[in-house]
Formats: sequence, C-alpha cells, structure tokens
Amino acid sequence: MRNRKKRNVVIYIVCVILAVLSILPFWIMIVNATRSTVQIQSHAISLMPSTHILQNFKVLTGKTFNPVTGFLNSLIIATGATICSIYFSTLTAYSLVAYEWKMRQAFFTMILAVMMIPTQVISIGFYQFMYRIGMTNNLLALILPAIAAPMTVFFMRQYMLPSLNLDIVASARIDGAGEFRTFNSIVLPIMKPAMATQAIFTYVTTWNALFLPMVLLTRKENYTMPIMVSLLKGDIYRTEYGAVYLALTLSVLPLFIVYFLLSKYIIAGVALGSVKE
Amino acid sequence: MPQNTIKRKGVSYAKYGYLFSLPFIIIFLIFMLYPTLFTAVIGFTDFKGVVATSFKFLEHPFDNFVSIFKNETFRNSLKNTVVIWVINFIPQIGLALLLTAWFTNRSRRIHGQGAFKVLFYLPNIITAATVAILYASIFSYPIGPVNDILQSLHLISKPFDFSTSPWGAKLVVAFIQFWQWYGYTTIILISGVLGINPELFEAAEIDGASPRQTFFQITLPCMRTILIFTLITSLIGGLNMFDIPKLYIWNGGPANATMTTSVFIYAQAFSGSYLYNKAAAASMIMFVIIAILSGVTFFLMRDRSEVKAKRAMKRIEKLSKGAEA
Repeated sequence: MRNRKKRNVVIYIVCVILAVLSILPFWIMIVNATRSTVQIQSHAISLMPSTHILQNFKVLTGKTFNPVTGFLNSLIIATGATICSIYFSTLTAYSLVAYEWKMRQAFFTMILAVMMIPTQVISIGFYQFMYRIGMTNNLLALILPAIAAPMTVFFMRQYMLPSLNLDIVASARIDGAGEFRTFNSIVLPIMKPAMATQAIFTYVTTWNALFLPMVLLTRKENYTMPIMVSLLKGDIYRTEYGAVYLALTLSVLPLFIVYFLLSKYIIAGVALGSVKE
Repeated sequence: MPQNTIKRKGVSYAKYGYLFSLPFIIIFLIFMLYPTLFTAVIGFTDFKGVVATSFKFLEHPFDNFVSIFKNETFRNSLKNTVVIWVINFIPQIGLALLLTAWFTNRSRRIHGQGAFKVLFYLPNIITAATVAILYASIFSYPIGPVNDILQSLHLISKPFDFSTSPWGAKLVVAFIQFWQWYGYTTIILISGVLGINPELFEAAEIDGASPRQTFFQITLPCMRTILIFTLITSLIGGLNMFDIPKLYIWNGGPANATMTTSVFIYAQAFSGSYLYNKAAAASMIMFVIIAILSGVTFFLMRDRSEVKAKRAMKRIEKLSKGAEA
C-alpha cells in the first residue's frame, strides 16, 4: 500500500510538470500583456501583472492590428461554416442511414476515400477558381464548402446508426408527416448530442484556420483573427513587446472562455472520435 | 421494419436518399472535386504570373514535376517535414503511451485525471498562429522569457539565439507540435484502452499477471489498429504543417531549416513569385503521398469492421448450434 503511494508520487509530479508546461506560456502571455515594453525588456518573465494594459492597447490598435474586425470576420466565418457543416452533414448522414438507394454504398465509400484529403493540397486550383468567379475576398468562399464535410458526415452516420430507431420515422410517415419535416422535427432532436460535439470542433477548427483564409482574403477589412495575428510578425511590431503579448491574449480569449466552459464535452468528444466502430 | 412497411404500401422512398445527399454532392463537386482537377491540370501547364489568366499545356507535360523533383528547396522541405515530424512524434507517442499506462492502471487509481486531461489538451485548441508567435516571443533573442530563465538558473552565461541556429529552429518547431498534440494522442489512446473488453484484464489479473505484463501483452496488442491509425493521421497532419513553421520564423528559417512542403507551396504560389504551375505540381505530389497514406487507413478500418462482423457471425452460428443441441 505504501509502496503504491510512493510510486504514484512520481506520476503526480510528472503530471503537474506537464500541466505547468501547458499553462506557463499562456500565463507569461497574459502577464506580459499588462506590462510595458520597458519592463519586459529588463525582465522578460514576471508572475505579477502590471498596469500598462491600456497603453499597450493604444500602441496595438494604432497600427495594423484590428481586433474588432478580426473578431467579427472570424465570428461570421466560423458561425456560418459550423451551421452549414452540422446541418447538412446530419442530412447527408440521414440519407445514408434511412433510405435504400442504389448509389448509397458507392457514395459512402467515396466519403471514406476523400475524408483525409486536406484542402491545402488543392489550394492552387481552389484559389484560381475563386479568382475567376470573383469570390476572393468573399467570406462565402470559406463558408459554403463546409456543406460538404466528409469527416463530419462519417461521424454523424456512426452516431445515427445505433441511436436512430427507424420505427419512429415509419410511424411519422403513417401520421402523414413529409420526409423533410420528419428529419427536422424528429431526427435532429435525437442527434443533438452528436451535433453539439461536432459543432464545437468545427467551430474551433474554422476559427483557427490560417492557410486558405490567408490565400483568399487580401483586403484588410476581411482579415480573420489568425491573419491579424500573423501581422504581428511584421517589422512594425518588432519592438512593441507589450502590444504583441496583448494582441495574442485578445486572440486567445474567446477560445479560453469556450474551452473552460465546455472542456468536459470537448474531452469526451475527442475520446469519442477515436472509437470509430 | 420500415422497409417492409414501404414495400407493403408500394411507395419508394429511394428518391429522398438522392435528394437529401444532393447538397453535399453539389458542393463537393464544385468546391472539392473541381479545384482538385484544376490543380492537377495547372501542374501540366505554363501558368504563372500575378495577372495571368490564360495558360497552355507544356510540350513535355511532366516538365513541372521533373523540375520540382530536381528543386533543391523542395527536396529539402520534404526532408524537413519528415525530420520535424519524427522528432515530434516519437516523444509524443512515448509520453502518450506512458500516461495511458499510468491512467488506465487499475491498481494505481490516479486522482484528478479529468483535470489533467483538460490541461494536457488545452494547447491543441488554441490558434496555431497565436501559438507560433507566442513561442517566437518566448524564445526571442537577446531578451526573452526562455533566455531569462536559462540565465537566472546559470545554465547559460550569454543569451542564446534560437532563431539563427538551424537545429535550434527545427527543435523549437518540433517541440511546439509535440506540446500541442501529445494531449490529444493521450486521450485517444486512453479511450482505446477503455474500449478493450474488460474480461481480458480480469482474466490477466486472475492469472497473476503484473501490470507491466498486462500492458505489454494485452493492452498494446489490442491497440495495434488504433496506434497505426494515430500514426497515419499524425503523419498526414505533419505533411500539412503550415501555421507553426510559417509564423514561428519567416521564410523557412535559418538555411531553410523549418521550410516544410506547405510553406514551400505557399511561397511558390502566393508570395512574390506566383509560380502557380510549379506549386500545383508540388501540391499534386503531396496529394498522391497523402492519398496513399489515407488509403492505408481506409483498408485498415474496413478490415477491422469486417473482422468484427465475421466474429459476430461465428458467435451467432455457435449460439444457434448450441440451441439446436
């Protein structure tokens, strides 16, 4: 018994070190966001916050970084893409689960086949296509493709197979409900837990995306939060340490709030993703 | 069964199957299939330049591919991608396995697992662009938090410039990847262990197996598929690594040490040189590599469900035989 406790101490020490490693960079970031550049230059690390946050904010917004524009654009894209992806993925999964049609198996095989292909490797064709139809700098070019999300369809189907009782669908038919109404009023409520999990991941992934937005959005008023963040790498912020840390903090804040409110579901969702049975 | 009801009524619902999958199919054709084919086509043309809209096919259609394969920077970027992935993945899977062994060991009963998982996973959801710039600030030279700590601990006497040493830059990028992903891998592996039939562990316990024996002879073999799956998805993710190497150090770092294939493709097409044809050829090479890797996962997963179905059939056969007897 005592031996077990002794052995466990090592485990707890390792886990605490790892936990500190997870938090420390963000702690440094938040504290330094409140310190002046001069303070940071004399001591880059401090555990105590200071009082220069407003001054840093003025320096930050006086240049290219615009947190409000970035936040709003990211909000529009992430919300639009999430709604499109979740609704249509559930609908597509329903077509795979509830109906017998000739191409069903072929369609599902195709979804499995393209599931892993990342958008990055087709970005040249995607950009040229969008350029030709005048959709660069159009947020819709980043929202509409979310309607076809193979990975989400796959997940929804796996969840729907055991949890949707087709007898309910059949009895709705007898009651005279149309197919589309049945989907909206009976199937969607049953799928709520799966939709919530997938919504969180789609939201975070879209919010964080850098490659395609950076390729497509060239006008300043369309920049997303990650593109705004990438501006901090430029020369104009080279010596403004406090402002850079504040900008980083602002870009992370919404994610922190979402994460600590929903962490339970997020961790459960990650674990669920692995059980692809 | 609903299918029976349908037949009895003589109404076919098959058209709704097509109808409800139509939005997916239309968007897929427009925004995925067409750009893929377009990228492939551009790879065989002379298409370059910021204002160019027309292009013609090359006399020797594979010229772009040949020149990309001969391109020192591309070969170097492919090498970097693999090297950075390897030095991030080996410690990552090692640590994840260790944590999995600890957290799922039934005789240890580690408390606070939920909180630890939340903290280990935290870096994964934070915007990679933010993480890259944050690390650039933390490792900055001559004044920065890491140099500050190392000097206060008297581990170094002068500040060390992490951004001018090629291996220093590679290691920091690999470390960021490791730091962002080991929590994810740990959660996946733990849930894999929880999916193993508990009777196996009980049997091992009754037979007097030590935790170590149980882990190496039951847990690991049962997780073979999930481990290969983790390996391949991580490799595909690694091949697409862009945000961190792009933003941690501009333009591929010292001696292009952190130039990955995605950064290379971006640089060819979208920053200054506008060599769309070369970038498209490089993209297609990556596409083929990723398609092969995802094909492997695809067959692995199919194989797995087929094996399961076979097992279930056997069990049913056995049961029915038992019932007959």
